[in-house]
Amino acid sequence: MSETKKSDTLGTDERVLEIAEEWLADSKKVALATVVATWGSAPRPVGSHLAVDEDARFVGSVSGGCIEGAVVHEALDAIAEDKARLIEFGVSNDQAWEVGLACGGTIKIYVEPVGA
Amino acid sequence: MKRLTLNSILKSRAHKQAVVRAVGLTSHKEVLIDPLADDCPEAFRDAAQAAMMSDKSGVHAIEGEDYFLNVFNPPLRLIIVGAVHIAQPLASMAQLAGYDLTIIDPRESFASPERFPDMAISHDWPDEAVKAFGPDHRTSIVTLTHDPKIDDPALQAALNSPCFYIGALGSNKTHKARLDRLREAGFTDEQMSRINGPVGLDIGAKCPAEIAISIMAQMTEALRKGTKS
Repeated sequence: MSETKKSDTLGTDERVLEIAEEWLADSKKVALATVVATWGSAPRPVGSHLAVDEDARFVGSVSGGCIEGAVVHEALDAIAEDKARLIEFGVSNDQAWEVGLACGGTIKIYVEPVGA
Repeated sequence: MKRLTLNSILKSRAHKQAVVRAVGLTSHKEVLIDPLADDCPEAFRDAAQAAMMSDKSGVHAIEGEDYFLNVFNPPLRLIIVGAVHIAQPLASMAQLAGYDLTIIDPRESFASPERFPDMAISHDWPDEAVKAFGPDHRTSIVTLTHDPKIDDPALQAALNSPCFYIGALGSNKTHKARLDRLREAGFTDEQMSRINGPVGLDIGAKCPAEIAISIMAQMTEALRKGTKS
């Protein structure tokens, strides 16, 4: 029988872990950020991933854009200290408006080094 | 996350197997769980199974600690049996909703690449084709031909699988006759109650696209609410 056709709707998110492994295979240090809880209107669902390598390359999304910069920063710290951390972000209505989100929300993100 | 864990998750995904990764938010302890395996750690079993079935990652209190359970489910899949007119809008809508698709119809003139461009097509006999596909808890199976020769073997294979949705096109009369045949083949009324027939939510659908909408709506309800209307 023929192969199942891949739907590409979720393509990017599904590729995040694969790309993280590609970076590791390339001897890069990598951290993974994962949305573990959301309150209010959060743009990305629980379980969404963002992978970051030691050169601050990143793939995936945990917020649809508004806090990605801060998360990449935390991820670089997690790589440098080789230590996981749990961080919480509030998206105020003002910020939310600027990045084009309909309303505010709060998200909790677990950031951890990958490896060993 | 250990690299070994990352590789195990990628491997499970490649094999279309569900896996749940638990990580303690204070201890940072991680456990990789196959929720259906015998060796699934007892403390995690119920929460991991519920998370897998509902496809919802989230935080659970386990052994006095908050654990984040990250569900890695295999992709949603839809098997359409019968490359009839309704299959065309149904296939398009299901792809938009994120399903991987296979269309099964032994009649090559129906299941042709011209009628179903860019879609996986099988011309094998439905019972074999459905079985070979390995339907799991993320698979939906819909029969559309009205032809017992094609629909019935597919429905039997569907009933023998853990798929989350089974739909069969046909009027109440057709469906009653179908259930009689399946009963004779040895299926109980309880088993057959998994079949949604006539297929789709009753929204008065007339044209093929509307019928496809009613099927997609019912399938979505089964997936997200675990109910059967």
